[in-house]
Amino acid sequence: MKKILAILMALALVLGLAACGSKTLADEPENGSESTPAAADYADLKIGLICLHDENSTYDNNFILALKEVQAELGLSDDQVLIKTNIPEDDNCLTTAEELVDEGCNIIFADSFGHETYIMQAAQENPDVQFCHATGTHAHNAGIPNFHNAFASIYEGRFLAGVVAGMKVKEMIDSGKITADKAKIGYVGAFPYAEVKSGYTSFFLGVRYIVPEATMEVTFTNSWFDIALEREAALKLINNGCVLISQHADSEGAPKACEEKGIPNVAYNINTASIGPNTALVSSRINWAPYYKLAIEAVSKGESFDADWTGTIATGSVELLEVNEAVAAEGTDEKLEEVKGKIESGEIHVYDISTFTYKGETLDSYQADVIDDGTFQGDTEAVSDGYFHESEYRSAPYFDVDIDGITIL
Amino acid sequence: MQNNSSKNTREPLFHIAKRNAMVWWKAWLIRGASIIASLVVCAIIIVSLTRQNPLEVYGAMVKGSFGTSRKFWAMLQSLSILLCISLAVTPAFKMKFWNLGAEGQVLFGGLCSMVLMFMVGDRIPNALLIIAMLAASILGGIIWGLLPAVFKAKWGTNESLFTLMMNYIAIQLVSFAIMVWVPSGSSVMGLVNSGTRAGWLPDLFGQKYLINILIVAVLTVIMFIYLKYSKHGYEISVVGESENTARYIGIDVKKVIIRTMVLSGAICGLSGFLLVSGTNHTISKELAGGNGFTAIMVSWLAKFNPIMMVLTSLLVVFLQRGAGEIATKFSLNTSLADILTGIIIFFIIGSEFFINYKIMRTNSGKEGK
Repeated sequence: MKKILAILMALALVLGLAACGSKTLADEPENGSESTPAAADYADLKIGLICLHDENSTYDNNFILALKEVQAELGLSDDQVLIKTNIPEDDNCLTTAEELVDEGCNIIFADSFGHETYIMQAAQENPDVQFCHATGTHAHNAGIPNFHNAFASIYEGRFLAGVVAGMKVKEMIDSGKITADKAKIGYVGAFPYAEVKSGYTSFFLGVRYIVPEATMEVTFTNSWFDIALEREAALKLINNGCVLISQHADSEGAPKACEEKGIPNVAYNINTASIGPNTALVSSRINWAPYYKLAIEAVSKGESFDADWTGTIATGSVELLEVNEAVAAEGTDEKLEEVKGKIESGEIHVYDISTFTYKGETLDSYQADVIDDGTFQGDTEAVSDGYFHESEYRSAPYFDVDIDGITIL
Repeated sequence: MQNNSSKNTREPLFHIAKRNAMVWWKAWLIRGASIIASLVVCAIIIVSLTRQNPLEVYGAMVKGSFGTSRKFWAMLQSLSILLCISLAVTPAFKMKFWNLGAEGQVLFGGLCSMVLMFMVGDRIPNALLIIAMLAASILGGIIWGLLPAVFKAKWGTNESLFTLMMNYIAIQLVSFAIMVWVPSGSSVMGLVNSGTRAGWLPDLFGQKYLINILIVAVLTVIMFIYLKYSKHGYEISVVGESENTARYIGIDVKKVIIRTMVLSGAICGLSGFLLVSGTNHTISKELAGGNGFTAIMVSWLAKFNPIMMVLTSLLVVFLQRGAGEIATKFSLNTSLADILTGIIIFFIIGSEFFINYKIMRTNSGKEGK
């Protein structure tokens, strides 16, 4: 009896283990290895990518798809692109980077904020290999020649997504579905730090550009990928009366909850139209392909490239994925073109200090924590010429002001 | 079934009976056969799902642990951590004390190390710091293991629930500490003291994991001797087999429970120290990474024999590392590797069933089917 119990216990554990790692099997990526004779430049090239999660995370998938796109474009073989998924933000990250170096990689990308210090160490120990870390904060003043950061002015993309959302909310008000004082939107964030705060604030300001009365509630999951938590968070916001939801966390939990409840949703990094045909509105995305290409080409030519690089709408790094006509309000496309033009021409600044207040006052000066030296003290004046200069002093966001109109739950 | 014919009570066609002890080579033959069978089933799944050559996939899995010397060392490092936590849970489980709290004990032990490393890292000599961190971690692990043990011994509380809940408290404490230390809100500590390396276990002969590995190797031998040859070890097995017997022969059961959980917690705390000081040099909620639960399986699979645990933890680590390797090599999702791991472990556990039991035809009627 005891033996049977023991066996059952062990079985339960095995199943439990399997459940812990329960991610649905992703679609097989097509074996697009048209082994075209790679352009001579790229023949000796080997690229590594370190991802925190795998294809099931919208964030990581965005990195993986962009790299595959670049691989196809440059005619690289499958042996030249090594993708390591599910690498946690600890010593495993360093070991994985070193293993990629052993495999002969000349350039290694890493996609998660917490990978940074391990990648920096790998860079110092392997000076002949270029290390590119997305979303990181150290490269601009770390002085490590083979260590790079990159990000994109995604706040502009989120502002535009906010405009699409604002049009939708305006439609609700105009049709009498809600009154203007009920124009409350919800936002599911991962962690309460600058990257997320900058993101939801720009989205909110985009909504306000169309509906000045709008308010927003934000709730955090304290995890980058947790389907159940993100779903619950979205449902909580919907129960609180939010008429539209957006999110900055990497599972499909929130968009699916929105589809169930019939609440419009604005996504990040993926087109969610397939999972929310009746509610997916639009999605902003960082397209990493331009950065991959820039870095890979520099390495193949033996040239140096930026320690800290910010992609923009102009570089093709900030994209708005197709507006879902079935959900979007009438006139959205025209409005979008108009606002996009104004952003590119500099007529609109996302963090224009005349469009928001902080504790009831205009934010005419702000010391942002641009230099990441572990003190968490502001060190750089970010407000000038009437707006907050995001992603100009370094690529990673540093706008972390809790502006009025946003309630953090 | 509802009709009244009592004659028709059906006896099952087969029944299960306990085997007498099997000769060792037969047992190993069954184990070997089960592994081969599991590999065949895995091969069928690999071919049907991915159209890859299963032999190549297995080859890549082997490379994941043995492909380069760096991979080999990384494998040894993962092995030593999993083995250390398995050694920690073993005395408790042998005593039938269901310690599901290894995860929390490791985490809290690690947190104690990190408090010192982060707060006084640059103020005291490194050797002193490391010793203090070690002591703090062990103490932390003890506290986290002792609490449920005392409650169990004094008031008969359920230790599974208690230890499990202690995990969540440890996770929240770590989250809280990180929130205080990293006011930006990113919850990312990153490498701590990367400039000064204060509180980092030093490299030994150029190998950064060697100290970890040696500590755990020594601990394995000590634990083997402790469980097999010491009076304490004997008391643990008696309490595990039957508390009444233990009481009858004059063993102070409460004392044994508390003493054993102190030991279990202390080794978990040590694992936390090895993870913080010897491996990651950071802390996060995921420090133990599920090893606190995997260790239970490792320990049971090895039938609580520390030397066998080297093999069972090697098996688990080998499969984990192989998983990552095939995911990269064949652009497959790591879930496939999880499926293969599940199948292989299922067969291995299944083989133990056939070693301990036999299935016999029930002799009810003469009509041979």
